[in-house]
Amino acid sequence: MSAPQVNSTQPMHFMPGPGFRSRSKEVLDNPFLRQSFRGAMDFLMQKRAAQFPDPANLEALRSQGEAIRKYSLSRLPDLLEQLEANLTRNGIQVHWAENPEQAQDIIAGLMEKAQAPLMVKGKSMVSEEVELNHALIARGMDALESDMGEYIVQLAGERPSHIIMPAIHKTKEEIARLFAEKVPGVDYTDSVDELIQIGRRVLREKFRETKVGLSGVNFAVAETGTLCLVENEGNGRMCTTVPDMHIAITGIEKVVEKLEHVPPLLALLTRSATGQAVTTYFNWISSPRKAHELDGPKEVHLVLVDNGRTQAYAREDFRSTLQCIRCGACMNHCPVYTRIGGLAYGTTYPGPIGKIISPHMLGLEGTGELVTASSLCGACGEVCPVRIPIPELLIDLRARSQSGGPDPFTPQLKGEGSNRKPFMALAFSLWSLLYRSPGLYRLFAWSATRFRALAPRNQGAWTRTRTPLIPAKKSLHELVRERRNQ
Amino acid sequence: MSATPQTSSARANILARLRSKPVPPLPQPTVQVWTSQMGDQPVEVLRQSLKSNLEAAHAEVIQAGPEGWRATLQKVCQDQGIKTLMLPRSLPPTLDIAPWDQGPALSRFDQPMETLKDSLFNQVDAGFTLAECAIADTGTLVLLSSPEQPRSLSLVPPVHICLLDVRRLHTDMPTALAREQWASAMPTNLIFVSGPSKTADIQQTLAYGAHGPKSLIVILVEEDLQ
Repeated sequence: MSAPQVNSTQPMHFMPGPGFRSRSKEVLDNPFLRQSFRGAMDFLMQKRAAQFPDPANLEALRSQGEAIRKYSLSRLPDLLEQLEANLTRNGIQVHWAENPEQAQDIIAGLMEKAQAPLMVKGKSMVSEEVELNHALIARGMDALESDMGEYIVQLAGERPSHIIMPAIHKTKEEIARLFAEKVPGVDYTDSVDELIQIGRRVLREKFRETKVGLSGVNFAVAETGTLCLVENEGNGRMCTTVPDMHIAITGIEKVVEKLEHVPPLLALLTRSATGQAVTTYFNWISSPRKAHELDGPKEVHLVLVDNGRTQAYAREDFRSTLQCIRCGACMNHCPVYTRIGGLAYGTTYPGPIGKIISPHMLGLEGTGELVTASSLCGACGEVCPVRIPIPELLIDLRARSQSGGPDPFTPQLKGEGSNRKPFMALAFSLWSLLYRSPGLYRLFAWSATRFRALAPRNQGAWTRTRTPLIPAKKSLHELVRERRNQ
Repeated sequence: MSATPQTSSARANILARLRSKPVPPLPQPTVQVWTSQMGDQPVEVLRQSLKSNLEAAHAEVIQAGPEGWRATLQKVCQDQGIKTLMLPRSLPPTLDIAPWDQGPALSRFDQPMETLKDSLFNQVDAGFTLAECAIADTGTLVLLSSPEQPRSLSLVPPVHICLLDVRRLHTDMPTALAREQWASAMPTNLIFVSGPSKTADIQQTLAYGAHGPKSLIVILVEEDLQ
């Protein structure tokens, strides 16, 4: 595996490192990795398609999902207050974090309070987004991933390459070698069943002993004060049942108003993500252990994270970004993601959704290059279960990343205009001038066709993979004129 | 609520940013049922659908025999080599099992988990629970956590055996939510279970018994379990 690795003892880094292109090229040059991603994406695409045999049914379900997410967002601040009031009434403590550092402080503080040096984690992309593991290590604490894929990725000192299937870039032989090397007392075996049983044994001990469990949240229901969790393995239930303290972390956009809003979103989520009609477990958590109950955590906390979501919310054109239910279908169907995989992006969320959400979290300075990594084929928008217009948002973000002076009428995005290059800006002003003035245009067309022999053979990035652009002998206008004169 | 000064100002700032530009509230969406085309169906149809969906998810579904479900349970335990079975803290009087002569050794989840951890994690072969109801369309059992029936009983032991009254079958999830009226009083933990624990995290190869039970056995009865 030659994709970039992040050692878990390295300092935190919220920004994607430079070198998106070189990371992409590394993956493209690795036939093994390319085959892994291609195979996995084909598998996920087929499984999703099998769940939606009737296009009319699919569209009806998408319409409901979209309507529910749009409705929830339209009332977001009110729903967050209602959620907080009901969670608090149920005995779940609510914390708010504007940025990753605040989320880290809140969680580290809770662990100190519980006198727990270690937490076991269910799968949570928001915890990746706020670099929780690194922050805890820096404070002398630690976090153990318990989702099988995340556990593998953590053992290898890497990051998840897919939001649903984190270890999709690794073969069973690589995992077998990793376990034999890193798990004490384990011999090499490439039987998937045995590998999973090794993970099960190691992690069960940890579930039993550890005082703090962390989970993400798939949906938070305001009217009842309920946190919903979708999973297949049971590690999410372990993390939220066995330890004394359960900390849930999620983005502020995950709230819906009513219980009845959950089933359509759940049906879309599991079918779009892994092609399952339902997952093994769907867990509705509404309270810590009550008096007379014999199990469950004694304390439950929810950390609500902003981290740039309010920026996307404030502008109508970018608000739909927050409709996302994190199914990963956009990456499974993306021709770019399928070829370069999730690690090349360098951001927590890869693929099309990563390209439209990361700029709000990290600013366009660091992510401006990512929004250009799309052929705009539209596959992501077509499969999105809640109809986020991803291609349109990509075009908007491209324009924002290169826009000129501040526009007094709309709030600025973080890093707006940071990818503006004077030469390119000049080239496009000239282009626009040319097309607005017929005289100049004719002169340009005449000289370009007459001096076509002077067109350079080396045209930079264009000729790296294509034949050079050389003007035709005659312009279209000339050809039409000749024909008319015949 | 133990809000630190930092999180309370974070709260105010986040809400203020969300309200900086008023967003017109959209009308409440109407939620219709779309996944199943089944509508209201006789119990037999729902039972078949539940059975085939659960079996597709690698669960075992057994109809209780004429000698009653206790005999079926004993046979299941015998077939599976289950030597120790943990029951909920208390079962309704008409459903109680213990004591029995044949069958596995019985224990009860009658202590806080902290004291029972060792037996729950390392000794018990199977946990026995009563389902509240079930959803036919997806093959889903609905379990409620309560003082009588702790939630880890369906999670930690390697085998989960669940008793379900087939008359408590709903067509699909929206119907179940509407009819059960959970919204008015959510239990501590409402758990939807649609098979044994599984993962496909290694090369998309399905493996069972990831962290939860390796097998799920459902015994169908027509008997009040409340």
